[in-house]
Amino acid sequence: MLRLQGVSKVFGGLTALDHVSLSMEKGAITGVIGPNGAGKTTLFNIVSGIYSLTSGDVWLEGKNISGFAPETLAKLGLVRTFQNVELFGQMSVLENVMVGLHTKSRSGIVSCAFKLPGQVREEKRIRERSIQWLEFAGMSDEADVTASSLPFGKGRLLEIARALAVEPRIILMDEPAAGLNSRETIELAALIKRIRQSGVTVILVEHDMDLVMDVCDKVIVLNLGCTLAEGTPREIQENPSVISAYLGEG
Amino acid sequence: MTRERRKFLLFALFALAVLIVPLFIQGSYLVNVMVFVGINTMLAVALNLLLGLAGQISLGHAAFFGLGAYLSGILTTAYAVGPWCAMTISAVAVGCLAFLIGFPILKLKGHYLAMATLGFGIIVYILFNETVELTGGPSGLSGIPNLSIGPLTFDSDEKNYYLIWGFTLFTMLLSINLSNSRIGRALRAIHDSEIAARVMGVNARLLKVQVFAVSAIISALAGSLYASTMTFIAPASFGFNFSVELVTMVVVGGLGSIYGSFLGAAILTLLPEYLRALQDYDIVVYGLLLILMTMFMPGGLVSGIRRVAAAARAGMRGKDRTNA
Repeated sequence: MLRLQGVSKVFGGLTALDHVSLSMEKGAITGVIGPNGAGKTTLFNIVSGIYSLTSGDVWLEGKNISGFAPETLAKLGLVRTFQNVELFGQMSVLENVMVGLHTKSRSGIVSCAFKLPGQVREEKRIRERSIQWLEFAGMSDEADVTASSLPFGKGRLLEIARALAVEPRIILMDEPAAGLNSRETIELAALIKRIRQSGVTVILVEHDMDLVMDVCDKVIVLNLGCTLAEGTPREIQENPSVISAYLGEG
Repeated sequence: MTRERRKFLLFALFALAVLIVPLFIQGSYLVNVMVFVGINTMLAVALNLLLGLAGQISLGHAAFFGLGAYLSGILTTAYAVGPWCAMTISAVAVGCLAFLIGFPILKLKGHYLAMATLGFGIIVYILFNETVELTGGPSGLSGIPNLSIGPLTFDSDEKNYYLIWGFTLFTMLLSINLSNSRIGRALRAIHDSEIAARVMGVNARLLKVQVFAVSAIISALAGSLYASTMTFIAPASFGFNFSVELVTMVVVGGLGSIYGSFLGAAILTLLPEYLRALQDYDIVVYGLLLILMTMFMPGGLVSGIRRVAAAARAGMRGKDRTNA
């Protein structure tokens, strides 16, 4: 599904990623973990087109997507969420999700300004689809709330609902459990599993080990910009080099 | 659907009010002032699309207004092009220009964008002054013909009122439609988080340039209308001061609010008329107004009024409860 081939990213003199080669399988949930500074977020920013890469290639289902802009990737079915939750704060919850349907609609400035018949029909469809996505994320009650006034946990859910509205083939989640309480984290785990069931490939960077062990089919451990280990959650838990990277050499 | 209907009703009421206002102020110089309110509303709405929706500042919008006015003025006087035709040519030309300069300029953000648009405004202003054989230089360009439809020539304040407000209402309607559409949402998304908007598949760069061009086209149309109603134009109307005044109108009325743009334009156009008695001290009142506005109604008049109304309603409900 998603494959990285010798990907490096250098910031000035700092090598954040050093010839990383990875592959993530279709329809699975892959977790990317590692100590702070391991290069997890850099990896996400490269795959999602926010950073350009220094060398290497990124492949999405046989298509080389290295250096593609985020908006192009969205059209190809790759979306992400952000660690700090990037909502459209002044817009309503429903409108946030409606933006997610941007690539699934095409009315231009002129047909929108003149409310041409095609645009009116399309607008209705966008609204209906968006309401369905809010239901999927369990947020229909908050449809008319201004996004910036949502509690943090709900903001997370909204961001995921908005990303799903793009109808992606693959979704990257950057620390989705950060800042959530334990009840919210359980709900999140259920939502992530539901997303996989609907056929979307999930990749998450996460610090919450319980969540990673619960939902992930495969875990990749990064350390100091290199792949340290790959395997099932159980294998990773028992891997001595992972344990020493996290706890320091005894 | 009810929300849609309410929006339509509000617009219909507004249009009706615009239609009947001349009946009350017939024959007075206020009709002339209201013509300017119309032109300024059109300009403020245009700038609001860029500033309020997309969150991109322009300190050079008076230049687009001026280019519309001068292109129409020159085409009609020196080349005997019909006024409507000249207006169309100017709008298209300004749109193309905005599209071209939009690509490099809108890469910039915040203060840098402000500086770049400011620079553009100043360059255009200097051109108006210096290309004397074309524009007449600082002493202006006169003898611009009025617009006409068949036997009807727009040569009086009353007629101009309806001409200008026809265009202004149309601009407002299109802007309201636009801001509640897929494109409007994408623009507001860019305003709140450009990176998230791009991740959702919004081509932020292209969309910003498009809305910049649309905003410039509307401003140019306002300029052409201005030229043909005044029949005389001079560079002083299209300088940096007016660009700032336009931004003030949008901010006072409320970013993103189309009716707010009207309120802002109305206040900033009418106020000087009533402050004339204060002579040079009117600027003090201006300044105070701005300070008070930003302190107590940072979201602009429209959202301020909405807040006050909500508070009053809540207060009323509270009173009902104590009575019962």
